[in-house]
Parts: sequence; structure tokens; C-alpha cells
Amino acid sequence: MIPRLIRRLAVLLLAPLAALATTGALAARDISIGLQAAITSMDPHYHNLSPNNSMMQHVFEGLIRRDENQKLVPGLAVSWRAVDDLTWEFKLRKNVRFHDGTPFTAEDVAFTLKRVPNVPNSPSSFATFTKPIVDVKIVDPHTIIFKTSTPHVLLPSDLASVMIVSRLHGEKAATEDYNSGKACIGTGPYKYVEFVPNQRVVLKANYGYWGGEEPWDKLTFKILTNAAARVAALLSGDVQMIENVPTSDIAKMEKDKNLSVVSKVSNRVIYVHLNQSTEKSPPFVFDKSGKPMEKNPFRDVRVRKALSMAVNRDAIVDRVMEKKAVSAAQLLPDIFYGTSKKLKPTKFDPEGAKKLLAEAGYPNGFAMTLHGPAGRYINDDKVIQALAQFYSRIGIDTKVETFPASVYFTRATNLEFGYMLLGWGTESGEQASAMRSLLATRDPAKGMGVNNRGRYTNPAFDKLLEQALVTMDDKKREGLIQQAAEMVMGEVGLIPLHYEVSTWAAAKGFKYTPRTDQYTLATSLKPSK
Amino acid sequence: MTTAAVQTPFQRIATDFARSRLAIVGLLMLALVIAIALFAPVLSPQNPYDLAQIDVMDSKLGPGEKSMAGKTYWLGTDDQGRDMLSGIFYGLRISLGVGVLSTLLALSLGIVFGLSAAWFGGKVDTLIMRVCDIQLSFPAILIALILLAVLGQGVDKIIIALVTVQWAYYARTVRGAALVERGKEYVEAARGLGLSSTRILFRHLLPNVLPPLIVVATVQVAHAIALEATLSFLGLGLPITEPSLGLLISNGFQYLMSGKYWISFYPGLALLLTIVAINLVADQLRDVLNPRLQK
Amino acid sequence: MLCPDANIRNMTEYIIRRLMQSGLVLVAMSVLVFAGVYAIGNPVELLVNPMADEAERARVIASLGLDRPLWEQYLTFFKGALTGDLGKSFVFNVPAVGLILQKLPATIELAFCAMFIAILFGIPLGLWAGLRPDSIPGKAIMAGSILGFSLPTFWVGLLLIMFFSVQLGWLPSNGRGDTVNVFGFEVSFLTADGLSHLFMPALNLALFKLSLIIRLTRAGTREALLQDYVKFARAKGLKASRVVGVHVLKNIMIPIVTVIGLEFGSVIAFAIVTESIFAWPGTGKLLIDSITSLDRPVIVAYLMIIVTLFIVINLVVDILYSVLDPRVRLGQAQGQGGH
Repeated sequence: MIPRLIRRLAVLLLAPLAALATTGALAARDISIGLQAAITSMDPHYHNLSPNNSMMQHVFEGLIRRDENQKLVPGLAVSWRAVDDLTWEFKLRKNVRFHDGTPFTAEDVAFTLKRVPNVPNSPSSFATFTKPIVDVKIVDPHTIIFKTSTPHVLLPSDLASVMIVSRLHGEKAATEDYNSGKACIGTGPYKYVEFVPNQRVVLKANYGYWGGEEPWDKLTFKILTNAAARVAALLSGDVQMIENVPTSDIAKMEKDKNLSVVSKVSNRVIYVHLNQSTEKSPPFVFDKSGKPMEKNPFRDVRVRKALSMAVNRDAIVDRVMEKKAVSAAQLLPDIFYGTSKKLKPTKFDPEGAKKLLAEAGYPNGFAMTLHGPAGRYINDDKVIQALAQFYSRIGIDTKVETFPASVYFTRATNLEFGYMLLGWGTESGEQASAMRSLLATRDPAKGMGVNNRGRYTNPAFDKLLEQALVTMDDKKREGLIQQAAEMVMGEVGLIPLHYEVSTWAAAKGFKYTPRTDQYTLATSLKPSK
Repeated sequence: MTTAAVQTPFQRIATDFARSRLAIVGLLMLALVIAIALFAPVLSPQNPYDLAQIDVMDSKLGPGEKSMAGKTYWLGTDDQGRDMLSGIFYGLRISLGVGVLSTLLALSLGIVFGLSAAWFGGKVDTLIMRVCDIQLSFPAILIALILLAVLGQGVDKIIIALVTVQWAYYARTVRGAALVERGKEYVEAARGLGLSSTRILFRHLLPNVLPPLIVVATVQVAHAIALEATLSFLGLGLPITEPSLGLLISNGFQYLMSGKYWISFYPGLALLLTIVAINLVADQLRDVLNPRLQK
Repeated sequence: MLCPDANIRNMTEYIIRRLMQSGLVLVAMSVLVFAGVYAIGNPVELLVNPMADEAERARVIASLGLDRPLWEQYLTFFKGALTGDLGKSFVFNVPAVGLILQKLPATIELAFCAMFIAILFGIPLGLWAGLRPDSIPGKAIMAGSILGFSLPTFWVGLLLIMFFSVQLGWLPSNGRGDTVNVFGFEVSFLTADGLSHLFMPALNLALFKLSLIIRLTRAGTREALLQDYVKFARAKGLKASRVVGVHVLKNIMIPIVTVIGLEFGSVIAFAIVTESIFAWPGTGKLLIDSITSLDRPVIVAYLMIIVTLFIVINLVVDILYSVLDPRVRLGQAQGQGGH
């Protein structure tokens, strides 16, 4: 594109400058990281949002931490156990200090649990995680006991999502005081320096960190929403690492010797909900002549199976996702707790799908519009077009409509669509909570099926799931969850497509340990030898 | 030669127009573009909007590569396996159609409101002009997003959005020009003769306001096409399965850096040529139709 | 002929009338936007973590005031707006106006630089093309201006990044760089780093306006040269530079002032595309982000501020117009610029 000569000249002219800049940056151990989504607050209890939660890991810590595979490991607590079905005892880490030098004790934990449900104007609070705890007892400064009203096996996992704040600074602090840095004082490896909404977050090293010193002095997280801008920032050296590399650029960047690209399967599944809420045709589903049908085809398990068999998952993974995805058989990749190794992705079989449709009474297919978000999940608008291709080959007349996330999710929740492309990231890292939200018979008061936009219902499955949720024994519980998963996937309660693979790219000299929770943590970024 | 004396106005315009070779090139290009748009279904090797005809396994092939079935894609394929050449032909059709239709509609609306404002004055004028103010102060993108939310996606919706964005501009221009014309003798003469308002407006005022307006509108077609492309780039507007040029460019945008230039380069080139052709023609038309520049 | 006194009285009356009308415009617009954003979608869908239960959703809806009917929400907003409070951002929980004012200097700086580039190069190039329309440079300038008109902004922006940042590595691809505080405003153009960040987005934003100004100047120049007084001045043997400097420039000033005025407002409002490509931390990017997250208070506040700015600029342009050209009465001055 550009005459080589000019390029060489430019390199010659700028090389000394560039060298200077690089050595300067390395000596100071200051790094910049390009993030995709904005951080909405520096108050760890204000907004339960993935980018915020990821950022908070630098400044604050939970009692329990999740490692790169979302396994629970000790954080501010060194150990925990269920004393009985309703009682949990946590032993806290000693000699931990907040950024201002004050020691961390059980008082801070108790205060945090009190603060969490009471953050004014919180657009999405963390109260979901603390609600099961009905009583807190401080035994000594480093032992604390939690009581629940019903057996709550997910308590450790829930508490891993709650960041511990300092009681001293938090008692009179509002969200603004965290944003300004006044109260933003945690025990984590980095301290607050600056927070500019929609623009950047700057942190500096906490040299007294109990877990040992981090390799970086100063972190600058830049918000670069536009994917091309993010890649350009990395290539031009403005940032040393970026998250969510666009799939189209990965192949080329992997070949670039000046970059290191790492990826890992994530906890996010991309799936399809089929609207089974109506007796007759759901919205946007018609017979071939465009008239609504007397029966809702999605209520027929044969139709759901056919729609799953018609999908060439390998083609999606290979062509649309540029191999940065893994064909899905359930709601989480089978490295996670509660997943069944017996479940395999549905085989691509258009002939079989046609046969099933004919058996179900649709020998000539029917007509439907596929709906999906544009820009919410990786390549979502491309995936849905590929799906439309597959369905048009088994005789279904398909149209595609995509919306910005702001429009799409409101309408999907109102069940204004028939065929909905969606995604679900399981932050707890175990399959029961995903099934509970997406597939259990909808009963919002009990927290069941809150996001069951397909309105799939199966009492036998509900019973298994409910039983699993109160079984304290880990092995036994996992068996029940697996059994439930096999049952619901056999009935195609939803159509799993693929698990997203998250990708990070770093400049030469840096090494990132990828994570399943899609978090971008400076603590996982090390200088490579 | 005595032709100069007996030339009809049309002939005069044609001769003047032909004085610029650049404009002739523009006109030829425009004719070609229009022909392609009209005959896209005949010219295209594939119907890029028929999902059954495209295969994701053929996606991202380079120019001249062969598909699984042995078909050659001269300009390559996009990320869905759509033949770029067919995509561009059909995209041209949509882009040009959207541009022309929205401009015509906006122009008609603008004429009606602009003339009314100039003719009736007073409260009508104020009302229309303040509505114009509102209209012109809204970012086009926000209007499009709101319309998209309320109406859904589709070619008709994007036309509505473009008309909504553009009409006020014409209304202002028409009003300005009409105010100037209203003061001229011929209008007063017509009034003196007792002709009806509608008659004066449409038979006498409009023809005199129209020539500059046509030039503006020609440029606006190009602008409407570019605006549609921008909206598509921002993810608003047309359904993704029926891409216009703008949507094709936007889809290929992310592949530019990875070296798959053809997905956005060729549609970009087509868009560029179309807009440049329209502007070249409009430019010369402007000079030709402006009586003050006649020697 | 009006005496000066009457003229001033006329003008004051005119300004007051315009301001009152503008007030109505603002109210009407806020209603439209309020209803429009309401129609787009429910912000709670995007704010609340999907794992949250029904009780949590209800709490959020109530805390944002979204449980009340729309007209009641609007009344609350309206009462607040009268006291200058345009509400708090749903997402950031900080006053929306503060959020916008924090970003406004970046956008204004970008817009100023873009206009500066457009004028600095546009008027001389346009003059040249107008004075020597048949020369090769004259034709090249016009051909170039057609390109500037034709190329969609996002496409040019990407090509700029590809060329200067990726291929050559000369300029940073995004962000604002080091800023200096001048009278309480952060500006980039005083530091080398800031300037290097500013160059590409400003150029990107300027291209369209640059072409517009070239064309207007050229057209104005050509017309002016045909006017009798210019012909006369030339015949009298006045120096070419004086003819251009005094007579031609004066003639083309009116449309150009109008366009600069009108376009400045639109540059600010339409910087959205440029800002999102270059990740320039201005209001345009804030607006797009707020639309994506349905942060209604920010969207409404942004539009109120931009429209107010627009109204003021329009008014100033109209007044300038009447000062520059006494033939035009106030109230009839109409912009010829467009988009």
C-alpha cells in the first residue's frame, strides 16, 4: 500500500525516538491496557457489571478469589467450611493491610455485607450475593460466621463476587467518594490514582501488598470501544495489551513476531431460545403463505431437534468465528463444574432435520424471522446470517433482523420475537445457576427461570434442579446437575451453538495468562523472559 | 452556422454541458452506474440476497478464487460467502434507490413546506421554520436510532429516516429562494390578475425556484448515499442480509487490517465512483443552469 | 430608510422574539427525546445484571424513577431543568450536565481545529479555483473538493489510521494525549503529544467542511468577478490583489460566515463518527455510548445543550448576516449552507 522506501525512511528517522520511548517505558515499568467496555464506577458495590468487576480485582479483594479457570481459591479468607447446613465459618488472612495502612479484620467483612444491599441508586446491586446471609457473627478478628435461612451451597461462590471494603473509609462514603478516590481504599495489589468515566482508569502499585510485589508501577486502562481503534492502539504501541481482539485480525496478529496472542475458551455460551410461550404461532413464525399457524411449532420437541441438527456448528466455528469458538453441547464447556461429559454437540444433519420436520407435520417447512443483537456478542450478526443460511437449506423461509443491544433485549424480554439469538456468561462457573436462570420453569419470585425467554418448561427437570440446589455434598450435587443437564439438552430446551473464546494480544515482552471469565487483569500480565 | 440562433433551451444546456470533458466522463459513469443498478438481477452471477444461494463455507475467498462448487468469484466473497461482484451490483441498486427516493420525497416535502412558509408568512412561517430548527439541530444518528427502534429495520425505514433528516434543509432553501422571487414583478403581476395562490405558487413561483433546487438535490442524492453508508457503518438501518454499499463497506471494515481488503475496498470504490459521478454532473449542471455565469 | 435608533429597537425586539421561540423549541425537543428514548428500550434490561432476581429489578426500576408513568417522569425532569438540574446519569450516578461539560472542551477543541483547517486551506484554495477556473491547479482543486465531499467520513478515518498509525507509525491512533489546563479547560493543542493526537481526527472532521468552503469561495469568487463593480475596478486598472482582497472577499464573506456558523454547530453535533473512530473522548462519543446504554438523562441533557448552542449560533449568524449585508432584513436572513 505504501511505497517501501517511504516506510524505510520513516523507520530510520523515528527508530531512535521509538527506542528511547520503549526503554523509558520499560524502565518505569508503566503499562497501558486497552479495554473494550467502559468502567461505570470505582465503587465495588455500585454496579454488578463484568468490566467493573474485572477492574475492581486490582484495588479490592474478596474473601475468596477465582483463578483463571474460575476455581475458588483462598483470597482474604484462608479457609472456609460449612459447619452445618445453615452455618458457614470463614478464617481470615492475618497481617493484611488496606492501602492506608490500617489492618484488615472481620469488622470490615461485616461492614461490607451491611453496605452491599444499601448502595443508593445502584443500577445493579450485589445484594443477590449477600441476600442468603441472614446473620453475621464475629468470633474473633480473624474468624467470622455466616448463617443462612435455607441451605445455600453456592455461598462461597457468591462471596467470591463481593469485594471487601474498609469499614473506616466506607462508613460515611457514597459512590462518589469511591469514584473520586477518597474512599477507594482496598487491600488489592494496586491503588487508585484516577478515574475518568468513559475514558481511563489509572492505578499505581501497592508496594506493601501481602501477596508480594507486582511487576508494574503504574497501570493505565484506556477505554477503546471501537475494535479497530483498539488493534491500532496496540500496533502503534499506545498500549501494551488489548482485550477482545476482533476475530478477523487474530490470524494475522498471531503471525506477527512482535505480538503475543493468547486465547481461552470462556464461560459464555451463545444459544438460541425458541419462544414456546404461545399456543399458536409465536411472533414472526408463520406458515409458508405468511399466515400464523394453529400450533406453535417450537412446542414440538422434533422441531426443536431439527432446528439444532440443521446447524453446521463446525462451519460457524471455522468460518464465522475464525476458529476462536468451540462448538457447544450444553451451557458451559465441560471443564466446568456440573457439566456432563456425555453431552456432545449435535451433529450437522440437514437430511435428518428435514425428516424430523416432516414427521412433526411440516414437510415443506415454515417461515420465520431470526432475531439477534448486533455487536453484543462476538460476531453475533454474522452468526445469525449463517444460521439463516442453514435453515433456508432445510426448507424454512428465513429472514434476519438484528438490533442494537439497547433495543433488542427489551423486546426479547417482552417476548416480541420467535427465534432469539442470545448469550450467557456463567460468572459462578457452575452449570446449575445457568440452567436455573435460562431453563427452569419461570417463577421470578423464587428466582427460577428469570431469563427463560423461551418459556421452556419441564417439571421433572425443575425437580432435579431444585434438589441439586439444596444438596450440600459436592459430589452428589454434581451428579444431580449433570443428570438435569442431560435431560434438558436431550429435549433441546434451548439450542446451544458455541462457547466464545476470549482473546488477548500483548506486545513483545509481555505474557498474559488467559482467563475463562473474560476478565482482563494486570495481575495476570507478566514480563516474558 | 445559424444553430446558435435556433437552439432550444435543452439543446443549449446540452451544448454547454458538453463543454466540460470531465462532466461528460461523469455523465458516462453515472449512466453506467444507473444501468448496473437497473439490470443488477440480470448482470449478477448470483442473487446475494437469497440465503439459499450463498454458503458460509465459501466465505472470505480472495478475488479470482474458486468456490467449493468450482465457481469463480472475480472480486472475491465476503464473510458470509456472498459474491462481492453480485453484492456490489445489488448494493448499488439499494444505495442509489435509497438516495434518489429519499431525496425526491424530502424535496417534495421541502417544497410544500418551504413554499407555504414563504407564501403565507406570519404564524405558518414561524411554525414551519421552528420545526426546521428542531429538525436541523438533531443529530441524524439519533433520529435514525429512534426511528429504527419504533419502526424496525428495512429499506423503507431508512428512507423515512433520510427524509426526516433532509426535508427541513430543502424547506429552508425553498423558502429563502421563494422569498426573493415573491418580491419580483411577475408575481405581483400575477396577483394583480387575480390568480389563485395555488396557481401562482405552483405555476409561477415553483418553476423559478426549481432550477437551483435541482442542482442542490443532485448533490443531496450523493449525500444521502453517503449518509446511508454512515448509518450502516454505525450499525443502524438496513437489514444485514440485504446489504447496501455502505453496509458492505462496514462489514469489510474489520477485515481491512488483516489484509482482506477486497471486502470493503471494492464496494468503497463503487460508492466513491457513484458519488463522484453524481457530483461531477451536478457541478457542471450548476454552472450551466446559473444564468449569471453565461457569457 | 430606518434611523439607527429604530434599527436597534427592531433588533432587540427581534432577538427577544427569537429567544422565546427558541425556548419553545427546547421544550418541544425535550418532550420528543424523552418519548423517543422511552420508545427505544428499557434501560433496566442493560443495567441490571442478568443474574439478578425480580426483587432486585424492581428495586432498580424504583430507584431510577422508572416505575412512574412517563408524563410524571417528564414533569420531574422539567422541574429540575428549570433549576438547571438535568438529572443524574443512570449508569454513572453523576449529574448528566457535569458529565457532558467534562467532555465538551475536547469536542469544542476538535471542532475548532477542524474549522480552522477548513478555513485556513479552504478560502485560499477556493479563491485560486475561482480566479483561474480553467487552469490545471484550479481544476485539480475542484476535483479534490469533490473527493472531500464524496468520501464517507468513517472510510477516510480508517484510511488515515491505516496510513499514519499502522503503516508509518507516525501518529497515535486514538485518544487525546497530554493536555494543558488553560483557564480551567483541558486543551491538547499546546503540547506536542496532544497535537499529534489531534491532527488526524481534526483533519478527518475538516475534510467535508474544507470542500464545502472551497466550493462556496470558488462560486462566490466567480460570481463576484462578473459583477459590474468588480469589472469596473479591473477596467480602472486596480491591482489584482486589491480587487481580490477588497471586492471579491467582501462578496463571498456572507455565505461563508453563514456556513461557518451553521456548520460549526453541526461539526460539534456530528463529530460522533470521528470521535468513535479515533476514540476521541468528546461529547459525540459520550452520546453514542449513552444511546447504547439508554442513559436517558445524558442523552436528553446532551441534546438540550447542543440545541441551545445551535440556537445561539444561528442567532449570531443571522445578526452577523444583517450587519454584513444591509439589504437583508433580520428575520429574512436564511442560511444557504447545508449538509
